[in-house]
Amino acid sequence: MDKILIPLLDNDIAPRFDMATDVLIVSVTRGTEAADKVDKKVIVLDHASPEAMCRLAINENIQTIICAGIEDEYHNYLQWKGAKILDDICGPVDDVLKSYLAETLSRGECFYPRAFD
Amino acid sequence: MANMVNLRFKTCFITIHFDAKSNHETGNFEPHRHNAMTDQIQTALAAILPDTNSVSGLLDELPLGVAVLDRHGKLLLVNKAYETLTGVDHTRITGLGCLHVLRCDFCIKSCPVMTGWNKVQAVSVDANIINRERRKIPVRLTISPLVNDDGDVMGIVETIASGGSQSSTEAISAIFSLGDLVGKSPQMQKVFAMVPSIAQTDSSVLITGETGTGKDMLAEEIHNASDRNKGPFIKVNCGALPDTLLESELFGHNKGAFTGADSNKPGRFRMAHGGTLFLTEIGDLPLPLQVKLLSFLDDKVVYPLGGTKGFHTDVRVIVATHRNLEEMVHQKLFRQDLLYRLNVIRLHLSPLRERVEDIILLQDHFLNMFQTRFGKKLEGLSRNARTLLQNYTYPGNVRELRNIIEYAVNFCDGTQVRMRHLPGYILHAPQQTTKAKPALPTELPDLTATQSIPIHPIQESWEDVQRKMILDALLKTGGKKQKAAELMGWGRSTLWRKMKHFGIE
Repeated sequence: MDKILIPLLDNDIAPRFDMATDVLIVSVTRGTEAADKVDKKVIVLDHASPEAMCRLAINENIQTIICAGIEDEYHNYLQWKGAKILDDICGPVDDVLKSYLAETLSRGECFYPRAFD
Repeated sequence: MANMVNLRFKTCFITIHFDAKSNHETGNFEPHRHNAMTDQIQTALAAILPDTNSVSGLLDELPLGVAVLDRHGKLLLVNKAYETLTGVDHTRITGLGCLHVLRCDFCIKSCPVMTGWNKVQAVSVDANIINRERRKIPVRLTISPLVNDDGDVMGIVETIASGGSQSSTEAISAIFSLGDLVGKSPQMQKVFAMVPSIAQTDSSVLITGETGTGKDMLAEEIHNASDRNKGPFIKVNCGALPDTLLESELFGHNKGAFTGADSNKPGRFRMAHGGTLFLTEIGDLPLPLQVKLLSFLDDKVVYPLGGTKGFHTDVRVIVATHRNLEEMVHQKLFRQDLLYRLNVIRLHLSPLRERVEDIILLQDHFLNMFQTRFGKKLEGLSRNARTLLQNYTYPGNVRELRNIIEYAVNFCDGTQVRMRHLPGYILHAPQQTTKAKPALPTELPDLTATQSIPIHPIQESWEDVQRKMILDALLKTGGKKQKAAELMGWGRSTLWRKMKHFGIE
């Protein structure tokens, strides 16, 4: 089972890891069938805190963290704790998750439609 | 059909054409007719800035990060400084919400673009951003609405300047600093001014100064400012190792050169190839090694211990000492020819007691540094604490001041550093009675012998000063001990104890 942590701002990825109070935790059980089993839960922190977010990631045995801006200190700490971090990602969480499950998500991707394209 | 909107931004009037269908800036830029602007100026401006490319070019020249946003907060244009600060590529971000590009804490909490403008006026705040290199950068963020003649917000200009959340003292420290060295005294400013030109040469540098004045930091700054900054900066303390070990450490050894030499060792000179070798406490270098160093300075070839083959290394040598090398030459403890070779460029760092203006600057610098490090929020030092620190002689120089402030920040339980938070030994130490004392005799022995600057004897002890201060405080508060104690920043029992000690009834 793959456990993913995504800091949220409404239905989007929060621009900053250290300032998010809502966290989406997704548990993905890869099946042999075409569809994977995906469980989602949202946890609300009482205040934004990068330390609390790191603690949550460790307590929940998170394997992957998908976020936008994250400070080096927390990035390195979580990496040292064995989590894989895909940062610098922005967009609606559903689109991001879809891309992750399709194994096409990489650092620096943006899923917002460009207003002036 | 293009919809032309006159936008007011501060005192400038600019005209930007918006395409009504696509809400997309089409690129025309014309100066608006303004009473203060003559036709000639308008024509000249139009010639320089005929389109958005020119505006973009103009913005790129600004040292501030600038972004032009539409009224919904979507990015239309960013300049080079903005790209540098945030680490974004402008081609990938136009049309995106500013929130997701800038990643500023203020934008997430209370940006007027997101929450709506209470008052349509510029907002300027200290904030921080997280850039693409995962660095949190303090910035000064200014969000200025662009309004049309009807007062409607048509767009936004956002400016970011790095270092925004630095307090004024940090900013001042940054102005009066060279790397980690801070100072605004004429002596330090002279040194700072010399460093860039010294860095561009390969000549040996001799740095002198008392302990704790920042000789090591200066050497590192010279290295960082030089073309060798990509190469290593190797520091060796000549006083820290026994003679035999020091030789092997500096020049390396070959396998079998001595018992235990079971492999070849390159030595610090070879390790510093392409960079800088900093020999601190050069005055402690034993005489036999002085000869070897002299030989290296002549031909730039290193001969490892037990080897006959020399290695050519490209190393710049910087040395430092707190000793008086001329005096050591006189005493036959230091080779005169080596002194001549090292003394190509000489920099002297004055002791802190000779640069009183730096004491205040450094106090604030260290106070800021340690309160950030220890997660404390302090308003500064009390007047008495400041006076005491200003009059202290600092035998340990900047290092000692740094330690004093670190101690004070550690032990400060309130919002202001008071005298009781300072280390006790300062209270009993002799104070400076003149603003600047003459140079140390060890630095300039001949001069001081003939100098006739009088050093006034210490007029009154710290105990006398304390007694006076207590009496003053009691006078001011009409004899109320509780208020007097508060005024002095002491607890009531401390005041009572001191009054008893001084025999004040």
